Amino acid sequence: MSIIEIKNIKKVYNEKTVPVHAVNDIDLNIEEGEFTAIVGPSGCGKTTFLNMVGGLDVPTSGSVKIDGQDISGLSSKQLIDFRLHHIGFVFQAYNLIPVLTAAENVAFIMELQGVSKKEREKRAQELLDQVGIGDKFNSRPNQLSGGQQQRVAVARALASKPKFILADEPTANLDSQATGDLLDMMADLNKKLNITFLFATHDQRVMDRARRIVTLTDGEISSDELRK
Amino acid sequence: MNIKISWKNVWRNKLRSLIIIIAIAIGLFGGVFTNSFFVGMTSQRVNSVISNETANIQIHHPSFLLDESINNGMDNSNTIIEKIKPIKGIKGISERLNESGMASTAEANTGVMINGIDPTKEIHVTAISKKIIQGEYLNPETKIPILIGKKLAKKLKTDIGDKVILSMADGKGEVVYAAFKVQGIYNTNNDMFDGLQVFVLKSELQQLLKTPQNYVTEIAISMENDDLTQTAKSEIEDLLNKEINSKEIIVQDWKEIDPSLDLMIQTMDTFAWFFIIIILIALAFGIINTMTMVVMERTQELGMLMAIGMNKKRIFSMILWETVFLSLVGAVFGLTISALVIGYFGKAGLDLSVFGQGMTAFGMDTIIYTKTSIDFYFTVGILVFITAIIASIFPARHALRLEPAEAVRD
Repeated sequence: MSIIEIKNIKKVYNEKTVPVHAVNDIDLNIEEGEFTAIVGPSGCGKTTFLNMVGGLDVPTSGSVKIDGQDISGLSSKQLIDFRLHHIGFVFQAYNLIPVLTAAENVAFIMELQGVSKKEREKRAQELLDQVGIGDKFNSRPNQLSGGQQQRVAVARALASKPKFILADEPTANLDSQATGDLLDMMADLNKKLNITFLFATHDQRVMDRARRIVTLTDGEISSDELRK
Repeated sequence: MNIKISWKNVWRNKLRSLIIIIAIAIGLFGGVFTNSFFVGMTSQRVNSVISNETANIQIHHPSFLLDESINNGMDNSNTIIEKIKPIKGIKGISERLNESGMASTAEANTGVMINGIDPTKEIHVTAISKKIIQGEYLNPETKIPILIGKKLAKKLKTDIGDKVILSMADGKGEVVYAAFKVQGIYNTNNDMFDGLQVFVLKSELQQLLKTPQNYVTEIAISMENDDLTQTAKSEIEDLLNKEINSKEIIVQDWKEIDPSLDLMIQTMDTFAWFFIIIILIALAFGIINTMTMVVMERTQELGMLMAIGMNKKRIFSMILWETVFLSLVGAVFGLTISALVIGYFGKAGLDLSVFGQGMTAFGMDTIIYTKTSIDFYFTVGILVFITAIIASIFPARHALRLEPAEAVRD
């Protein structure tokens, strides 16, 4: 069974006035352990597509199943809970909580899940070690470089033990060195721990590392390329 | 961790937080200090009335309240006093013979209230003896002494040692008069009182009005502490139940004797609270403005929190706590400053002698000792807490309306 099953999803904005078809009839399955990039030019529907897969937006029609559960019919409250337990997010602007340390940022999501303090602290340290910044446990985001902040964001995304990680333009604010290091680390996690990554990007460096590239054009899949 | 984030968030933009904290502190200081000023002023006025004029409790014949005539007195003052003397907390009991009359000198004349007192007893009941500014207090050993107020002395153009003729009607309605020698001039800072009340020896007034020895028009009772007044009044009413039922006497506390005082206390109290509420409403708008700016600035962060799975209840509580912390820090500052300033002026006094004439005309002291209760600080603290909760609703609602997908890319 695919970890993500997308069937005929459409997203139409301004349906009653001037309809805009942001995503048009997309069918896509993502298997566990994939390292996939959704690519395409600006305005092609990448973000809208990712929002629907991540349960941040609801499709106008069609269905999105995560690990067999159809999330397209869930209420806003149910979606919040679903995201908390099943999906990890990495954003372009890192979006860490500036008043918390790296470890607290990672532990925060576990607190939302009701994990005990002892367990949170232990796992936060493990995750920061895994993403290669275990020594930055007590550093605040403003004491970290962009690359380090994005590593904390990846650790935070992993903290909830999600089914997969959605990364929306994760390298857009990073220099080449940091991008390379981050992608190495993500690829390592994917390989060693079989963590599924789904990127939305137009960064060639990400595309070069992805093992599957799904290209969107005007809200539709124009190509779906598997690489070795 | 939610509360920890809220507390830390308060200090993310220190300047903005400090501005609203200072605004809250100044606003509360204004309200609390004004209240302490009014409380101090009314409390001084009440104390002044109790200590100089009414004492805590008075006993009269019921008719005396309608017509303050020598005919409306009580025959059995000695029996009454013997009954109430053992009551706990009584500082002093003074029998008085009151009659309205006319005071005249060669220069002027005016209507006065003549109080025949026993100075050795009166000294434990009212503080007139401590208000003498010229001459001395009534001495029972001297003949025909009279104590008059500063204002009356000025009006009658009289001085220590001068003679004042008092004329009044006796029990049969016949005019009687006698000369008295000014032994002392007092000043209570209440022009109305000082211009009207004169004090003579009760024994001499009894002779003049030809009244029996135990016949008085007023029994004034002072308490060790005003908190004991109500209990003492109830005990007196129990002990004198028979006399009350047969309408021979009536027992009143100072609030009943001078209802305007109670009205003044309530008016000042209402006004002070009204002032505090207005300040809190104004502060609420300031807090709403600050917190709305905070929410708008943190749209992306809030979007992220919603995206990763923070539910609306937690988002709401995070903003609520931040608002409460911001407000309570301001409240702690404001109330601490208030306590220090009120404490200082409570001891040193706030000199308003520049308005002295106007204030004494209303029976107010020209130096106000600010005063407020711990309860008041506590209540204001709770009100600030409630204001913060109400003020957090608008920015929190704004935050809850954010769409995470859009907000995270703000």
